Amino acid sequence: MDKNLLSQIVFYFFAVLTIGSAAVVVFARSLIRSAFALLFTFFGVAALYAYLGADFLAATQMVIYVGGILVLILFGIMLTHKLYDLKIKTASVQLIPAVIAVVAVFAVLAFFMLRTQWFQSGSMLSGPTTASIGNLLMQDFILPFEVASVLLLLALIGAAMIVRRRPE
Amino acid sequence: MIGLSHYLVISAALFSFGIMCVLTRKNAINVLMGIELILNAANLNLIAFSKFSTGNIDGQIFAIFIIVVAAAEAAVGLAIVLSMYRILRSVNLDRADTLKG
Repeated sequence: MDKNLLSQIVFYFFAVLTIGSAAVVVFARSLIRSAFALLFTFFGVAALYAYLGADFLAATQMVIYVGGILVLILFGIMLTHKLYDLKIKTASVQLIPAVIAVVAVFAVLAFFMLRTQWFQSGSMLSGPTTASIGNLLMQDFILPFEVASVLLLLALIGAAMIVRRRPE
Repeated sequence: MIGLSHYLVISAALFSFGIMCVLTRKNAINVLMGIELILNAANLNLIAFSKFSTGNIDGQIFAIFIIVVAAAEAAVGLAIVLSMYRILRSVNLDRADTLKG
């Protein structure tokens, strides 16, 4: 009972962390502040993955999103703004219509998600998942796995081609 | 008890903030951040259903492929933003209106 309460408190802490920092990403004036709020969002989502028993995906989320994508985004900010410009501001447009549309989207989504009787199988996942993910990727999902590797290679070459300085 | 609906509501909120980011921000990099929020919301849904609804691990495999696509998207997206900055000297999306009739 006491342990259950503690786990609920931890869950709500990470839920508030995730949603609150996502709000900061959207509403922050400074681009740098947005990027660092995104760090906390990714961290909170990774904690929720761990809470769902997806240990491998929680680690993957930390490595790829926090270590890769966020660093890439920070590089993008630094390369497209002058470094001595400490106040990297960004503006918002059409705030009121967007708020109305987004609140409507959220209301519809939440209403139907809460109202639907989702199919729930009695057996929940438990235990470490890394070994079974590896087995599935090498057996049932070998074709998507190979296609994903080709996609990453194409993205690598494509990104390098796009930013390359063309000879005059 | 924390159930499926908790995760679904969190994911709906993340998705809405992502849409909001894409709709309102002027800065191209900030729009890319919004897209990452949307992809994270989708992943959270997949993993929650994988645990509560199907009871097997296929949803997590799907989430891994979404992470792969998100990484590719971030790399190519930022390359396009850098290229746009080189041409327009700005990452303001309102400036990229060359195709406007």
